[in-house]
Amino acid sequence: MKIKSADALDGIRRKAAKALSVREANKRAGTIAPCGLETGTPHIQILCCGGTGCKASESAKIVENFHASLQAHGITDKVDVVVTGCFGFCEKGPIVKIMPDNTFYTSVRPADVEEIVTSHIIAGNRVERLLYLDPGTGRHVNDSKHMNFYRKQMRVALRNCGVINPEDINEYIGRHGYQALARSLKRPSQEVLDDIKASGLRGRGGAGFPTGTKWEIARKFKSEDKYVVCNADEGDPGAFMDRSIMEGDPNSIVEAMTICGYCIEAHHGLIYIRAEYPLAVERLRIAIAQAREYGLLGENILGSGFDFDIEIRYGAGAFVCGEETALIHSMEGKRGEPTLKPPFPAEAGYMGKPTNVNNVETLANIPVILTRGPQWFSSIGTEKSKGTKVFALAGKINNVGLIEVPMGTTLREIIYDIGGGVKNGKRFKAVQTGGPSGGCLTEKHLDIPIDYESLTAAGSMMGSGGMIVMDEDDCMVSVAKFYLEFTVGESCGKCTPCRIGNKRMLEILTRITEGKGEMADLDKLQDLATVIKDSALCGLGQTSPNPVLSTLANFRDEYVEHVRAHKCRAKKCKALLTYTIDPMRCKGCSVCAKSCPAQAIMGESRKPHVINPYVCIRCGMCLSRCHFGAISVI
Amino acid sequence: MNKKVNLTIDNRPVSVAPGTTVLDAAASVGIAIPTLCHIDLKGTCVKNNPASCRICVVEVEGRRNLAPSCATVCTEGMVVKTNSARVIKARKTIAELMLSDHPNDCLTCPKCSDCELQRLVMRFNIRQMPFTGGEQSTRKKEITAAITRNMDKCILCRRCEAVCNNVQSVGVLGAVRRGFDTTIAPTFDRMFKDTDCTYCGQCVAVCPTGALTERDNTDRLMDDLVDPNKIVIAQPAPAVRVALGEEFGMKPGSIVTGKMVSALRYLGFTKVFDTDFAADLTIMEEGAEILKRLKAHLAGDKSVKLPIMTSCCPAWVNFFEHNYPDLLDYPSSAKSPAQMFGAIAKTWWCEQRSINPKKVVVVSIMPCLAKKYECEREEFSVDGNNPDVDYSISTRELARLIKRANIRFTELPDSDFDTPLGESSGAGAIFGATGGVMEAALRTVYEVYTGKVLEKLEFTEVRGLEGIKEATIDLAGFPLKVCVAHTLSNARILMDKLRKGELNYHVVEVMACPGGCIGGAGQPYHHGNIEILKARAAAIYREDEGKPIRLSHKNPDIIKLYESFLGEPLSERSEELLHTHYYNKQIQ
Repeated sequence: MKIKSADALDGIRRKAAKALSVREANKRAGTIAPCGLETGTPHIQILCCGGTGCKASESAKIVENFHASLQAHGITDKVDVVVTGCFGFCEKGPIVKIMPDNTFYTSVRPADVEEIVTSHIIAGNRVERLLYLDPGTGRHVNDSKHMNFYRKQMRVALRNCGVINPEDINEYIGRHGYQALARSLKRPSQEVLDDIKASGLRGRGGAGFPTGTKWEIARKFKSEDKYVVCNADEGDPGAFMDRSIMEGDPNSIVEAMTICGYCIEAHHGLIYIRAEYPLAVERLRIAIAQAREYGLLGENILGSGFDFDIEIRYGAGAFVCGEETALIHSMEGKRGEPTLKPPFPAEAGYMGKPTNVNNVETLANIPVILTRGPQWFSSIGTEKSKGTKVFALAGKINNVGLIEVPMGTTLREIIYDIGGGVKNGKRFKAVQTGGPSGGCLTEKHLDIPIDYESLTAAGSMMGSGGMIVMDEDDCMVSVAKFYLEFTVGESCGKCTPCRIGNKRMLEILTRITEGKGEMADLDKLQDLATVIKDSALCGLGQTSPNPVLSTLANFRDEYVEHVRAHKCRAKKCKALLTYTIDPMRCKGCSVCAKSCPAQAIMGESRKPHVINPYVCIRCGMCLSRCHFGAISVI
Repeated sequence: MNKKVNLTIDNRPVSVAPGTTVLDAAASVGIAIPTLCHIDLKGTCVKNNPASCRICVVEVEGRRNLAPSCATVCTEGMVVKTNSARVIKARKTIAELMLSDHPNDCLTCPKCSDCELQRLVMRFNIRQMPFTGGEQSTRKKEITAAITRNMDKCILCRRCEAVCNNVQSVGVLGAVRRGFDTTIAPTFDRMFKDTDCTYCGQCVAVCPTGALTERDNTDRLMDDLVDPNKIVIAQPAPAVRVALGEEFGMKPGSIVTGKMVSALRYLGFTKVFDTDFAADLTIMEEGAEILKRLKAHLAGDKSVKLPIMTSCCPAWVNFFEHNYPDLLDYPSSAKSPAQMFGAIAKTWWCEQRSINPKKVVVVSIMPCLAKKYECEREEFSVDGNNPDVDYSISTRELARLIKRANIRFTELPDSDFDTPLGESSGAGAIFGATGGVMEAALRTVYEVYTGKVLEKLEFTEVRGLEGIKEATIDLAGFPLKVCVAHTLSNARILMDKLRKGELNYHVVEVMACPGGCIGGAGQPYHHGNIEILKARAAAIYREDEGKPIRLSHKNPDIIKLYESFLGEPLSERSEELLHTHYYNKQIQ
């Protein structure tokens, strides 16, 4: 059935909104008493996370069990099970949310389903043990609103994730989806573009180029064939913002691309997505098919005379294909490597035609900017960085997950308030932002309000939104080495500085972590990193030395310690460790000697043993076996 | 008229046309920014500026990072520094990085003293290797009949890839694998011999280092020259004599025919003959074939294949055998001049002298690498085991032999070719430039067809560096439409049209190398300087003008050859010795 006008679309919205009303009911703050069928609630919805993370923890089985249980209790007409996108709190997944009382169950197992159904859904009593336990107060928290993890968040790009069923376009429409498109198509395209410009939205893929300006440039180049490309080649280690958006709210991307097409006068859309995101691919595919069925893609959209359609293109997971020129070459069937800009894709992109490339998160902001107005959007954030930013919080932090905060939020707020601080009460050491292109920031940077400029000034960058927290057990030389290993493995090999320079830097870092470094190596690293930054061809090459430069700047003492004292304070660099047995504590039980795979431990029974450091392979087996705490590592 | 763009480079004001790169703008005021991956043979399609080596980086005021001058276009008011400490440091570091992934065996490298990386090292005053580390293990080495690949020496400038894809449209070379393991190779890291490689060797012609070089036959030749049981005879191609001097510091375009003949004698060749003689012979055969097809066509024979295409260039022959096996009837069946020479030398000449052809070693001295491959084609041999031409050496290899034999080339006296296979006309001489074979054929075809004397011998319409040239020649009222193409990408344009039945010419000449044989892959390296090719072409035409006989069919030794041995063009004996057939070499 094709929707032929904005009014017809609104009709569908009203109908769908009714179905969503159970979920939308809870807008006010304050905890609501739990709802149960027996306590008088007429209709209940169970929202189960269907994101990749929760699916890996058997969330599909949970959904299956819910269906079975509801069936067994004969209450399928009163209770819906909705598979949604990611809720963000992946640390405590799988998440199950009960509406309308807004109960937020964490770490749900398939075996917990029956109890939720009988005691909560039917009897109206929350299953306390599945509620989130606030580590600060030691109390259970009923709903997400009262969890610190969510309190400081502001979900704009993620507005529909964890709320709607991403495989049902009606639910998206019910949440004002495609309204921005319908309204835009009735306005002159330049006016719509001006709204995007006025919103101050900047590219969320990393570099932060103003989106409206990008569109305006693409609009200027006239051609029969023009392209709107969605860059869904999310490649930073630990980053999953874009994946979650596509899995949880694929229609927002479809809508945004269509609006972009209208603004820049393009009729073809291409989504470049890595094939290793099968769920996101599947959901996008469904969204595109449903949008086509409704006439929201295709010819004469909503009777406006505007034509637009979208095709999905698969990437093979090369990091460099996130760079827009490399991405375009990959889509053309060529080797995925960057070419010099200019010409920018806006002038000569896909197949040499004017092309506008935006990242997933950038696009996810477009519809809501247009429905709520550019002024609303630009009222969020800092002077130069408007709106919100999604971060994938990972590493040594209590609340691992996907978060969205207004620009200008400080790292401290993210790490301590939202993230719940460093795991196991360890000391915070650094936070890595911006993935392999970013840098490591320290304690002294924690109160910087996050925006594009301030992160760059601090020696890191916004990047696509990866945020990895490190504690005292992390060796910063090894961290730099880790990122460089990634860059070396992902370099396309085109330009000399990145191809050979990064490899040589990695070799130097490896030497240092093996205790074979020299003080001159530190200068060499600094020099090489500076030249690579200054002379590499593409953005990825130019930023690849950042992890080295920022750790050299902020943790030089650790480097020096590795070189001069052959010591790794985090005890991560194996080659620098020495295992010793304290003769005062050793009982001579020889458990260690028996467990040693290298037969490096000797000693007579009931007498203190010794480890031969030349034979020891530093596997740590003896340390884990000793019952008397006699073995230490320095 | 476009307004000029004004900028400052190293404090010097520069004014250039819009679209000019910083590199070219700097060169216009005498600032030579070092380059490596960049090559631009202006006026031809040989161009590579992927901005990948980063040697040519410069500082542009207001720009965050350094800009590659080869690909950065000048803008109004730009302030550029090409020699700031920052730039010099970056450039040197980049070169040092290249060295860290490059074998340190310059002394024995075939490219020693002609290597562009080596020149940069000297220019940047690099006196030590600060970076050391693992080198690649994935790179291949291969020695084919024509080309030697030693990819350890590859610095990934990608010039070969650009030439193979854009200039020749052969598409054999490309980047394989990623990052530090990247290597330039055929798809799936195949060997050349398992690909559509035509052995044109243009990859060798542009390779800045010793990664791609010619297959060296000099040692083999030295052994043959001192073997008392062998009669070694030389046949240098037309384009060799206008380029060989460059190897000895002479000006490009110097004609060194006489010195070359002396040098070949001093080297110990029993006879020094001339491929130009065979070029005249080719005109006799190919000209006759042109006339035969033309007459049949005019008589209304619909089966006759037109246009007839030249077949002198072995890379071109490989190209159509690989890519157009459905059109093998179009090219002339005439062998290349070098192969015709071999066939005549080992039959007529040997019979005349009562020499056992098995003792004769015919060595062709060619501007070409594909000729080395051509010598190994089985069909080019007498009774299957005695090749018409035993092997071929390039202009560069000849220069090396001369240097090795302690001959001071520039001081050599001139001497003449031996007879009878050394006599040639000006028409044979111009085979070395694009359009030359066509012009030589037109001279003979005109006179034979019309029976009139040609007043003006020069057909300037078919001369010059334009990729595809066309002309209509008035053959006593019949408009003969001809076309000349050089580089295989231009040949592909013609062949694709032919396949669609849209190629409306009578005669087509194709040469694989830019500029024809003067730009061949066996010539002294041009290092991207188009003036060298232009000077060689001018010399070729000067050589023609200086010749007493300028028409192939007027060459007295050719006339003698037909009278005493072959009978007439396209006679049974001619067909047997001077013509060949083509094979479907399409790779599945």
